[in-house]
Amino acid sequence: MLSYAILTACGFICCALALNAWRLIIGPTTPDRIIAVDTMYINSIALIILLGLYQGSASYYEGALLIALLGFVSTSAFCKYLLRGDIIE
Amino acid sequence: MTVFLEAVVSVLLVLGSIVMLVGSIGLAKFPDYFTRLHAPAKSSTLGVGCILIASMIFFSVQLGHVNFKEALISMFLLITAPVAAHMLAKAGLHYKVNMKDNTQNQQLAKKAYLHQSPDEK
Amino acid sequence: MDKVRKFIWFPTPYHSILLWLVWQILHDFSRGHMVLGAVFAIVIPWIVAPLSEKEPVAKNPLTVLRYTFRLLFDIVLSNYDVAKRVLQSNRSLRPAFIAVPLAINEPLPLTIFTSSVSLTPGTVSVELSDDRQWLYVHVLHLEDEQQLINLIKRRYEAPLKEIFGC
Repeated sequence: MLSYAILTACGFICCALALNAWRLIIGPTTPDRIIAVDTMYINSIALIILLGLYQGSASYYEGALLIALLGFVSTSAFCKYLLRGDIIE
Repeated sequence: MTVFLEAVVSVLLVLGSIVMLVGSIGLAKFPDYFTRLHAPAKSSTLGVGCILIASMIFFSVQLGHVNFKEALISMFLLITAPVAAHMLAKAGLHYKVNMKDNTQNQQLAKKAYLHQSPDEK
Repeated sequence: MDKVRKFIWFPTPYHSILLWLVWQILHDFSRGHMVLGAVFAIVIPWIVAPLSEKEPVAKNPLTVLRYTFRLLFDIVLSNYDVAKRVLQSNRSLRPAFIAVPLAINEPLPLTIFTSSVSLTPGTVSVELSDDRQWLYVHVLHLEDEQQLINLIKRRYEAPLKEIFGC
């Protein structure tokens, strides 16, 4: 039962990633593309956790933690760039 | 692993992934920038939270001791998701993205762009 | 020259406890790491505490717990709300900007307040006015402006004022 649930969840999240990629490609403005990238980060955290569950290995959470940290930092750097036109003031 | 726990983990996984899918559909479907911002900001916390709780239960049973590591990630996301949404909204306001035509109180967006109070001229 | 700072053993006790707990969670509560984490939890605040300004501390832990559970419940509600709007057609959507008058001014309660507004059904906080008197909020589907402002003030601002006592 669990392996079927993991595969179903993987399917849903891959659909979500495809939709985000679509928004990343067509997104009319730059901020739209930033939202798409941010959502892709969050979806990939879920995908890595699912991979860890599928392989039964508890050490994948470190990758997920790193992606969460880097995703937040990169989103705020992009936003700062749009707000000021400069990353470091 | 008992059947009951396995069922709980499976339901949480499917529920979390459905929530994330709904958020991404909202991102793809909504008409303008600010409405698009709503969907990922809300679904990311609950969706990843459900999947992480499922993973926490699974590994606590499998390793035989209590495992809170995934809870750290969900706490981190709970703190950062609204901050990221706020910064994205500020960036969109600064970029002067187009709004949906029937958005009410569009004059407030100009006030917010200038950091003024609404009754200031 | 400024005065010699008085030495305090635990400048920020809550942060020390948090640091120790996170260290234990990351290392599965082994005994050696309990000692190492305790050393870090004591030494790091000595170095870092002079850098930060004094922040208000929560007065009543019980109300903090109640506020957290209310927030978690509202996150579930807001996901249901977004799912409902996603399934409807885009033409029935009526987005709006509203301005919420603020009664709290200090940075930490204000941050928690704006974050709670962003996580709750149908609202995202957009911008703060320079005098910190107004919060601009984007609403996904607005029915009644005054009612929504009252709801936000009653449900999130009043408990925060009670918690931080400002």
